[in-house]
Amino acid sequence: MKMNMIKTAVAALALVGAVTTAVPAFAAGEAAKPPKQTWSFSGLFGTYDRAAAQRGFQVYKEVCASCHGMSLLSYRHLADLGFSEDEVKAIAASYEIEDGPDADGEMFERSGIPADRFVSPFPNKNAAAASNNGKFPPDLTLMTKARVGGADYVYGLLVGYEDAPSGVEVPDGGSYNKYFPGQIIAMAPPLVDEAVEYTDGTKPTMAQHAKDVTTFMAWAAEPEMEERKRMGIKVLLFLLVLSGLLYAVKRKVWENVH
Amino acid sequence: MDTNNMHPVMKWVEHRLPVFSFLDHSLGTQYPTPKNLNYWWNFGSLAGLVLVIMIISGIVLAMHYTPHVDHAFNSVERIMRDVNYGWLIRYIHMNGGSMFFIVVYIHMFRGLYFGSYQAPRELLWIIGVFILLAMMATAFMGYVLPWGQMSFWGATVITNLFSAIPLVGDSIVTLLWGGFSVDNPTLNRFFALHFLMPFVIVGLVVIHIWALHVHGSSNPTGIDVKSEQDTIGFHPYFTTKDLFGMGIFLIFFMFFVFYAPNFFGEPDNYIPADPLVTPAHIVPEWYFLPFYAILRAFTPDYIVYAWTPLAWIMEAKLAGVLAMFASILLLLFMPWLDGSKVRSCSFRPIMAMAFWLFFLNCLVLGYIGGKPAEGIFVTIGQFSTFYYFAHLLVIVPLVSRLERPKPVPDSINASVLKAAE
Repeated sequence: MKMNMIKTAVAALALVGAVTTAVPAFAAGEAAKPPKQTWSFSGLFGTYDRAAAQRGFQVYKEVCASCHGMSLLSYRHLADLGFSEDEVKAIAASYEIEDGPDADGEMFERSGIPADRFVSPFPNKNAAAASNNGKFPPDLTLMTKARVGGADYVYGLLVGYEDAPSGVEVPDGGSYNKYFPGQIIAMAPPLVDEAVEYTDGTKPTMAQHAKDVTTFMAWAAEPEMEERKRMGIKVLLFLLVLSGLLYAVKRKVWENVH
Repeated sequence: MDTNNMHPVMKWVEHRLPVFSFLDHSLGTQYPTPKNLNYWWNFGSLAGLVLVIMIISGIVLAMHYTPHVDHAFNSVERIMRDVNYGWLIRYIHMNGGSMFFIVVYIHMFRGLYFGSYQAPRELLWIIGVFILLAMMATAFMGYVLPWGQMSFWGATVITNLFSAIPLVGDSIVTLLWGGFSVDNPTLNRFFALHFLMPFVIVGLVVIHIWALHVHGSSNPTGIDVKSEQDTIGFHPYFTTKDLFGMGIFLIFFMFFVFYAPNFFGEPDNYIPADPLVTPAHIVPEWYFLPFYAILRAFTPDYIVYAWTPLAWIMEAKLAGVLAMFASILLLLFMPWLDGSKVRSCSFRPIMAMAFWLFFLNCLVLGYIGGKPAEGIFVTIGQFSTFYYFAHLLVIVPLVSRLERPKPVPDSINASVLKAAE
C-alpha cells in the first residue's frame, strides 16, 4: 500500500511536470530564441522601474507612435507611471481629438483630456496598411503578452536587426531580423543611438531605448501586475496558514480512527 | 435524526421540510464512508469546489462582457483594466478552467486505478463521463469568447470537424456557425450556450452524487463495506479531510492566478481575431491535446486506417473525428471491458502496470497534440493513438480476465489495522 502511494505520488508529480514543461514549448517558432534579459518587473516581487517606463513612454511617443497605436490605454493610466495629475493633463492636451456630433450634428476637434484613449496614428487598419507598404503596424498595448517570449522577444526584436546572411534575399521595404518568425520584417529598424533625447541624464543608446520602451510596453500590457503580486503574497500566506490549521483539525479529528 | 435537541426554529423547519436530516444523510454523521479512503479521494470535492468558483466568477464576468465580434476582445480588456478587480475575476475564471480539468482528470484516473467504475457503480461512472463531455463543450465555447486569434481559429478548426460527417456534415456546420463562417452569430450562440452548460453540469453532478450515495464511495482496497467497523461518518472525518485538501489545492490554483496567470494560455489569444490571418500553429487548450493528437493521427497513410476496412468506407478525416469521439465514449464501457472480480489495481499487479502505461501514453498524446504534425511527432502520435485503443479494447478485457489477483483483505477494517501495525 505504502509503495503504491509513493508510486502514485511520483506519477502525479510527473503529470504536473509534464503539463508545466510541455505547455510553453508548443508555439516555438523557427526564429532564433531571444536571450533572457533582466527586467525590473520579473520575479515574484518585481515592479516596473518607473523612470525606465517614463523614458519608454517618451520613446513610444516620439518614435513608435508614428505608426503604432496603443488603443487600450487612456492618458489617465499614465498616472500609474508616476506622472503627476498636471503632467497627465498636459500630455493629454497635446493631442487633438475628434469628438461629436455636437448639437448641430457636426464633428469637432478639441484638445485631449486624461479620460481619452491614446490617439492612434491612423484612422483605421486599412489606412495604416496603406501607409506602410500594405502591412498593418499592430497595436502595441498587449504586445508583450501576445508574443512567445514576451518582453525578451520584444527587446530582442528591437535590437535584432542585422545584415541578411548571404543567400537570403530581402525584398524591397523589408528588413532582416533574426528574432522575427520568418526573419523578414516589414518594420524598418525603428531605433538608433540618440533616437530620443533623455532629460534625466540616462545615456541614450539604442539598447537603452529598447529596454525602456519594452518596460513601458510591459506595463501597458499588464498594468495590474504590481497589485496582483502584492495581493498574491497575502493570499498565499493566508492559504498556507489556513491549510496548516485545517491539517491540525484533521489530525485531531482522525486521532482515534483505527 | 434526533430532533429533540434542536433549536425550536430548526425543529419547526425540519418538521415541514427535513433539510437538516437531508444534509446529515448527505454529508453528515449519517453518511457512512469507508475509513480507508486516501487523498486521491479528495478530487471529487475539489471538482465541486472548482465548479462553484467557475459559476460565480463566470456570472460576474458575464455582467461586463459584450458578445459581439467588434467588442468582445476589447470588453475583455476593459474587464482586465477598468473593472474593479476585473483582472482577478478573469484570471480566476481563465485558470479555473485548467484547474477543473486537472482535478477531473486525476479524479478519473483514480477511478480507473481503483476500479471505482465496477458494479454496482457503473451508472455513477457513466454519468461522470457525461460530465466530462459537458465540461469539454463548455470549455471549448468559453475559449472562443475573448475573440482572440486562437479563439477564432480554434473555433474554425473544431467546428469544421463536423463537416466530415457524410451527407449532413455541411448543414451541421452551417447550423453551428449560424452562417457560412465563424462570425457574430457563432459568438452569440456560443456565449448563450457557455452560460447555459454549467447549469447542465450542475444537474449532472446532482445525479452523479445521488448515484454515489446509493452504494457510497468505493475505496482503495476495492472490497465492499461489510460492517459498521469499516466506515466512519462523513462528518467530521471527511469534511475536515476535504477542507484540508481544498486549502492545498487553492494554494496551487492561486499561485497560477497571481504569479503565472497566462501560463496555460496561448500568447496568440491576446491578438484580436482576424479571419484573414491564420496563426502558424493552431493548438487547442492543453486539456484537449491528447484528443487532438488522436484526431490528427488519422492520415491517409496511417496503418490503422489504410490497411483496414476503415479505408473502404470513409475518408481519413472522418475516421479521425470518429476516433476522437470514440476515445472518450469508450470510457463509458469500462465497467464491462474490465471483467475482473477484484476492483482495485493494488491487488492486480499486471493491470496496475497496464494502468501506468496507459497513463504515460495519455501524457505522450498530450505532448504530441501540442507539436506540429510533422516528422517523428506524427509517427509517435500514431503509435500512441493505436496504444490508447489497444489498452481499452484488448489489454483491459484480456488482462482483467486472465490475471489472477493477489488475495484481498477480509475487510476494510482488517486492512486498516494491518497497515497500522
